[in-house]
Amino acid sequence: MEENGSRMGRVQFGGISSLVSLDLVPEAQPGDFVLVHVGYAISRLDTEEAERTFRLLEEIGLLEAEGLDVLKTSSVE
Amino acid sequence: MKYIDEYRDPQLARGIAAQIARRVTRPWVLMEICGGQTHTLVRYGIDELLPPQIRLVHGPGCPVCVTPLETIDKAIALAGHSDVTLVSYGDMLRVPGSRTDLFHAKADGADVRVVYSPLAALRIAVQQPGRKVVFFAIGFETTAPAHALTVQQAAREKLHNFSLLASHVLVPPAIRVLLESPRNRVQGFIAPGHVCTVMGWREYEVLAKDFRVPIVVGGFEPADLLEAIRMLVVQLEEGRAEVENQYARSVNRFGNLIAQRAMQEVFEVCDRKWRGIGPISGSGLRLRREFAAFDAEKVFALEDAEVQEPPECISAEVLQGLKAPTECPAFATRCSPENPLGAPMVSSEGACAAYFLYRRHDVLCAK
Repeated sequence: MEENGSRMGRVQFGGISSLVSLDLVPEAQPGDFVLVHVGYAISRLDTEEAERTFRLLEEIGLLEAEGLDVLKTSSVE
Repeated sequence: MKYIDEYRDPQLARGIAAQIARRVTRPWVLMEICGGQTHTLVRYGIDELLPPQIRLVHGPGCPVCVTPLETIDKAIALAGHSDVTLVSYGDMLRVPGSRTDLFHAKADGADVRVVYSPLAALRIAVQQPGRKVVFFAIGFETTAPAHALTVQQAAREKLHNFSLLASHVLVPPAIRVLLESPRNRVQGFIAPGHVCTVMGWREYEVLAKDFRVPIVVGGFEPADLLEAIRMLVVQLEEGRAEVENQYARSVNRFGNLIAQRAMQEVFEVCDRKWRGIGPISGSGLRLRREFAAFDAEKVFALEDAEVQEPPECISAEVLQGLKAPTECPAFATRCSPENPLGAPMVSSEGACAAYFLYRRHDVLCAK
């Protein structure tokens, strides 16, 4: 949607919906995740990077979780 | 919410914290710059998950906190003009000036309004052509592009009743000053993910090289920050000093070039005084001469005055990571968000406010 020469888009923030300027992220398309600051989208989230970071974190987390399980089941003798 | 909730998983957080504990062999002092990250760290108790060798200190990345007292006095003076509507982000209203604050000015009848976006300030100017609308434009590199685009839009719409009281600050010059200080004890930095979303991290590569200090661009959720800390610890333990990017879902090396161009078109780099730290050369942005018609300092011919901070406030040391908010004798007694002595107790990004919100009971019990 255009408003005074600016490209605007409706963004959902966990239940709240707001109209934000897309002038700084012209590549944003419906369905994208964007980072919004003071009424302007400043980046389009790279979902591949997001998944990759999360998988990496999960691997670290799970690795340790297994370690913790071992600790929980071991007993002091 | 997607891409947020999963980064708050406690199991994940404990796992990363355990990895850090396994990796660390010596004490290290790390600093996060951004006030948003300070709040996440304190709110989720991330400092308490870490092994005792890791000490986190909080940096000056709270725009409200470092806005000079003199500039706040200027805003209060402008709000006192009967034909001025002063528009501000909400955080600024309770920040103490040398005598009063914007909130009291508003209570005394000044036309002070709170907005969430500079575009809302622009709309007020369009709707009320008889009022001189001044937008109190503060912020780091994250916020400056939004203000630049707003000024460009005001110029396109030929608005004659809109101006900025601009007080923008830049992160890298402040990190340099902290590192050059003989009192510095910080050995690794978490660079602010939102600032770097706009600016990229090239400027940080120079700092990492000049001072042999590792820097990791970090996100804002608990797992993001723990991972950034883990990456810093690995670098420190291996004796490396590089810039790494933890917040890859939003940040790339070059940043948002459209945002940088808008900033450069409207603003130019200037020297800036930081509240609590003092003057830092090349650490601010001011409106370019071509946009003087939108510069409240020029429009209203504002003059600088010398003013003093309240002597009891230790915010200068808090903002440089030299003292924790809880080391202040006035913390949560004579200084609270309701009656603040200094700006870090007011702002949603201030370190004192973070400790007041999430830790004051521990502190008061200990006292």
